[in-house]
Amino acid sequence: MTPMLQLDAVDKAFGGLRVTSNVSFSVMPGEISAIIGPNGAGKTTLFNQITGHLLCDRGAILFQGENLVGKPPRQIVARGIGRAFQIASIFPDETVLDNIRVACLSKLGETRKYWRHVADFKRATDEAHAILDSLGLDGQSERPAFELAHGDQKLLDIGIALALKPKLLLLDEPTAGMSPDERQQTRELIKQLWKSYDLTLVFIEHDMDMVFGIAQVVRVLQQGALLAEGTPEEIRANKQVITAYLGEDF
Amino acid sequence: MTNLATRNLKAASLWAFIVLIFVLVPVLSTSSYQVNLACHVLIWSLFAVSFNMLWGVTGMLSLGQALYYGLGAYSVGLMVDHLGRQWYLPAMGLGVLAAAALALLLGLLVIRVGGVYFTMLTLAFAQLGWQITFKWYDFTGGDDGIQGIIPPGILESGTVYYYFVLAVVMLSIWVLKRMAFSPFGLVLRCVQQNPDRVRFLGRRVRRNQLRVYVISSLFSALAGSLMAGVDGSIHTDMLFWTTSGEVILMSVLGGINQFFGPFVGATVIILIEDLVGARTEYWSLIIGIIIMVIVLVFPKGVVGEAMRAKSLLTRTGAGR
Repeated sequence: MTPMLQLDAVDKAFGGLRVTSNVSFSVMPGEISAIIGPNGAGKTTLFNQITGHLLCDRGAILFQGENLVGKPPRQIVARGIGRAFQIASIFPDETVLDNIRVACLSKLGETRKYWRHVADFKRATDEAHAILDSLGLDGQSERPAFELAHGDQKLLDIGIALALKPKLLLLDEPTAGMSPDERQQTRELIKQLWKSYDLTLVFIEHDMDMVFGIAQVVRVLQQGALLAEGTPEEIRANKQVITAYLGEDF
Repeated sequence: MTNLATRNLKAASLWAFIVLIFVLVPVLSTSSYQVNLACHVLIWSLFAVSFNMLWGVTGMLSLGQALYYGLGAYSVGLMVDHLGRQWYLPAMGLGVLAAAALALLLGLLVIRVGGVYFTMLTLAFAQLGWQITFKWYDFTGGDDGIQGIIPPGILESGTVYYYFVLAVVMLSIWVLKRMAFSPFGLVLRCVQQNPDRVRFLGRRVRRNQLRVYVISSLFSALAGSLMAGVDGSIHTDMLFWTTSGEVILMSVLGGINQFFGPFVGATVIILIEDLVGARTEYWSLIIGIIIMVIVLVFPKGVVGEAMRAKSLLTRTGAGR
């Protein structure tokens, strides 16, 4: 089976600092996996390289067999890679509904319609409501997005990504800044989204309950390099990972 | 669906009300001066609303829209002056087309930079246009401007011309309003709030900025071309940066985040200028103070604050 995403010896340096170095791994279709590692390990940089926000110094990133290196984010998202950001990247003054609807309109190729009111685009509107419903945000659809609680803004960001019907979804710390209760809900929700939207999902997380609770594969980055890769059980038992990140009493 | 119907009904009745007021002006007015004033209000409103498509909607603060306003006016002025009155209406069309072409050309240059650099570049190009108009005496009449621009046929009558202006302005503002709430308008607002995310929706930020720059400039030129016939004379001041500044002021005053904000702002400023200007020679001082007070009392603009008050009232009214 062709991997959904394949990284081949990917490098990125800022000046003398190597942020990702010689990273190689393959993500299989339908897989849900986690990337963990200490702060500054290069996790977000890796996402930025995949989505074209940062160029790779060396190496190749293949998405369904096609090399993405050198393509702008706009083209990469069009090929089916969605992303939610560490700090929710939303449109704060628009309504919750319009945040999703603009993404649906974009996916349907209807952003160059100059005449009809956005509410008259029934298909985009229905799709947006369906996504908000699956996120549990439909009750707040007419509120401006900036009014949402922090956790809900992060969900909205995920919703924007989902509206573009990605094959591969990258989530950068989906539960960061959430309360323990919210974390648990988000964990269940993400698992549910992964199933119901038939996604290949890669997430960066510091919440170990989430990592070991829902990931099928865990990859550990340290100082820009891939330290370990395996099932949650393998990673939990890995001496190097325990020393570098998890700690003895985990 | 009920929501949709209510929305359409509300919008339609608002339109009907505004249009009715302006339709009644010549009937109720006691002098042709008042009709002339209403004409100024309408034209500045169109100019301000089209400017705000750039600034309030897309977040591009241009300090050079006077260039297109002046281009529209001078297209009409020059063609009527050199070729005759029958060229009045074709000149309006040509002015608008010329503005669209120029905006496309300059837009490719000025939208490459963002923020204050965009503002400064638009200012520089507009001042260049003003200098050329000012210095090229043989062609443009320099600082004498152009006098005796009389609209052709029945439009010569002040009242008929007023209704012509009313129709063109209302039609244009209606078109702009449709655009502002279409998917295109939504993308423009998103470009202002989070351009990086727009790119990651698979949309081109600069392409959309260029589109709205051309659209805004085209309607600014239309406003300018209408102005040529109102007083029968045009002047290089129409291209000067203070003209660009005036639409900024109107937008701020009315509220840049409301579609009709600049419309209300333009109306208020034109009326204040007229009222105060008739009574004292220190009118600019008085206007400055009045505007400062309004901006301090209504930081979101007159319409913006009104909408906020309304939403607060309806929320308490729901009284859960």
